Amino acid sequence: MNDFVIKVENLSKAYRIGLKERQHDTLGAAMVSWLKSPFKNFKQLKSLAKFDNPDDADVFWALKDINFEVKKGEVLGIIGKNGAGKSTLLKILSRITEPTCGRIQIYGRVASLLEVGTGFNPELSGRENVYLNGTILGMTRKEIDGKFDEIVEFSGIEKFIDTPVKRYSSGMKVRLAFAVAAHLESEILIIDEVLAVGDTDFQKKCLGKMEELTGREQRTILFVSHNIAAVRSFCDKSIVLEAGRLKFSGSIADGLTHYSSKKSLQADDDLFYDININNGQDVLSDTPFSILFKCKKLQKGQKGYVFLIIKDSDNQTILHTRSRLEKLNKSENDIIVINVEALNIRGGLYSFHIKVILEDVGHKNSRFLSDDQLLDIVNLNNTDLADSLGIAIPKTSWL
Amino acid sequence: MHTIPHTIIEKKKGLASFSLKEFWQYKDLLYFMVLRDITVIYKQSILGFAWALINPVMSMLIFSVVFGKLAGVPSDGIPYPIFSYAALIPWTYFANTLNAAGSSLITNTSVFTKVYFPRLIIPLTPVLSKLADFAIGFILLIVLMFWYGYYPTTKLFILPLLILIMMMATAGLGSWLSALAIQYRDVKFGITFAVPLLMYAAPVVFPASLILQKFGEKAYLLYGLYPMTGVIEGFRAAVVYNKAIPWGLIGMSSIGACILFVIGFMVFRRLESRFADVA
Repeated sequence: MNDFVIKVENLSKAYRIGLKERQHDTLGAAMVSWLKSPFKNFKQLKSLAKFDNPDDADVFWALKDINFEVKKGEVLGIIGKNGAGKSTLLKILSRITEPTCGRIQIYGRVASLLEVGTGFNPELSGRENVYLNGTILGMTRKEIDGKFDEIVEFSGIEKFIDTPVKRYSSGMKVRLAFAVAAHLESEILIIDEVLAVGDTDFQKKCLGKMEELTGREQRTILFVSHNIAAVRSFCDKSIVLEAGRLKFSGSIADGLTHYSSKKSLQADDDLFYDININNGQDVLSDTPFSILFKCKKLQKGQKGYVFLIIKDSDNQTILHTRSRLEKLNKSENDIIVINVEALNIRGGLYSFHIKVILEDVGHKNSRFLSDDQLLDIVNLNNTDLADSLGIAIPKTSWL
Repeated sequence: MHTIPHTIIEKKKGLASFSLKEFWQYKDLLYFMVLRDITVIYKQSILGFAWALINPVMSMLIFSVVFGKLAGVPSDGIPYPIFSYAALIPWTYFANTLNAAGSSLITNTSVFTKVYFPRLIIPLTPVLSKLADFAIGFILLIVLMFWYGYYPTTKLFILPLLILIMMMATAGLGSWLSALAIQYRDVKFGITFAVPLLMYAAPVVFPASLILQKFGEKAYLLYGLYPMTGVIEGFRAAVVYNKAIPWGLIGMSSIGACILFVIGFMVFRRLESRFADVA
C-alpha cells in the first residue's frame, strides 16, 4: 500500500479561448464572411476539444505540469487568485473534465462539492430533493434512507421538508444541500467555496462538521476558499497555484505567506517589506501591540496617508484607522511604526492589512494608491472573554 | 468494509471501455431522475396527465378526417381511427423521447459540469420517463379496441418485444443526438424540424403494405430497417385479431434498432469525456 491517496503527475489542461473576430470594412466583405461563417463556426466548434497543435494562438493552458501528493487524512488548502486554475484542478480531480495530458491516481471514493445543491429541482419537495441530490452525489437509496433523519436534523428545516423547494429561501436551500453533502460516505471530499454562502452560524456549523470528518473519520479533504481565515484554521497542507503553475507546496502557514507575499510582489513591486508584528510575539486582545514595516516609496517629507485595517474571518472590517504621513515622527525615512492600544475585541482569527496613499509623487496633485497589503493572519487570544457573543469587549467596571 | 477503489484519471484514447459495474452503482440516480421527470412534468397544470392523451387523440381525429375520409388512404381494412391511434401511441413516444433526449445534455449542463456520474444516465432518463405517457395512451388504445369490437388475442404477447425494439432505437438515436447537440446546437434545432418529417417516413398515416404493393418485396424488407416500421405494424397486428403479425418487418426492425443502439452508444462514449469542455 502506498502512503498517498491522491498522486498528481505532470497534469496539464488546455482550453480554447475565443479570439477577436475580424472587422469588415465593406458590405461585400461582410457578405462574404457571412456566407463563409458556417464553415468557420464548424471549424471553431470542432476544435474546442482538440489540441493537436498546442501552439495555436487561442490555446490557453489553465494548468501546466502540476505535481503533488496528498496523504490520508490530510486537509489540503488550494490557494490562488481568481483564474489561477484552482477550479480546473478540482474539476479534473472530480472527473468532470479530463486532463489534456498527465495523470492522477486516486485511492478511494471521491465526493465533490463544487457547488451545493446541484440538480435541485424547484418543483420537488425537500424530501424528494434530498434523494435526488444524494444520488447525484453518488449515494445509493439505502444509504440515504439510513441517514435521512440525520440530514434533515443537520439542515434544521424539519418543518419544511415536504414543501416544494421553490418556496424555500436561498439560505434554506443551501443548508439542505450542504446537509446532504456532509453525509456523503467517501474517503476523499472536494470542497469549492461552499462557505461563501449561508449565514455565519451555519458556516461555523459546516466547518465544525468538516473538522469532525477529518478528525474522527480520517477523511482526506481538498479545500478551496477565499476565506483565508477558514483555510488557515482548517487546512494543514497547502498548494499555491499561480497562472496554472504550481508555485508552492507545503505547510499551510508557509503557503499563505507565500501567497500573500506573491500578491504584493505582483501588485506593488514589493512596496512593503521587513514587516514585524509585535516583535514576533503573540498579539493579545487585551494588551497593546506594535506593527513595524518599511515602505519603499517613502521619501523625506512625503505627504499622504497610511492605513491600518483589521478584518475578521467573515471579511468584515473591524478596525479602519489612518494617519497623515507628514505627521509621523520618523527616525528613519522609510520605517513606519504603528503602536496600537489593546483592541479589546473577542478572540478569533483576524487579518491585518496596511495601505498607503502617497500624494505629490513625481508631479503636483498626483496620487498613488497602494492595494491592501495583507500582513498576516493573527489569532487573537482573549483569555477571559474568548467566547463573547459581541465583537467589542471594552474594559468595564461593574458596581 | 468495502475495498478502496483505485482510480486513474488520464486522457482517454479511442473507445474507452464502458464500466457496467459503475453504471449499476448509479442505478438509484437513474431511478430518481426518472421519478423527477414523471412527477414534475405535469405539476401546476390543470389537466395533468390528461395531456398525455390530448396529443395522440387530436392527431388521431385529424388524421381520420384528412387521410381516412378525405384522401381515402387505405388502412388494411381496419377502421381508420384505431389504425392511426395504434400507430400514434408508439410514434408519440418516439417523437417526444427523441426531442427530450436530444436536448437532455443541454438542459442538464448545470448538473453534469458540477458532479461526476455516468453521463449516459442523462439521455436515458427520458427513454424511461416517457413510458408513463406511453402507458396512459396505451390504456385508451385498449378502450378503443373494445369500442371497435376487437377482442384481445394472444398476439398481445408480442408487445413487450415491440416496446423493447422501440426503446432501444430511441435510446440509441437519443444518446447519439444528445452527444452531438451539446457541441453543435444545430442538432437541437434540426431535431424539432426533422421529427415531424420522420413521421411521414414511418407507416403512421398509411399501411406498410402500400410499400409492398408499389415497390415490391425487397423495398418492403429494407423499409423494415427503419425501426418504427416494425414497431408500428406490430402494434396494429397485436390489437387487431384479423391481421397477421409481420414477422419479417419486426425482424428487420430489431436489426435496425440494434444498429442504432450500438452506434449511438459508441458515439456517446467517444464524445463523453469532452462534454464539460464544449458545453
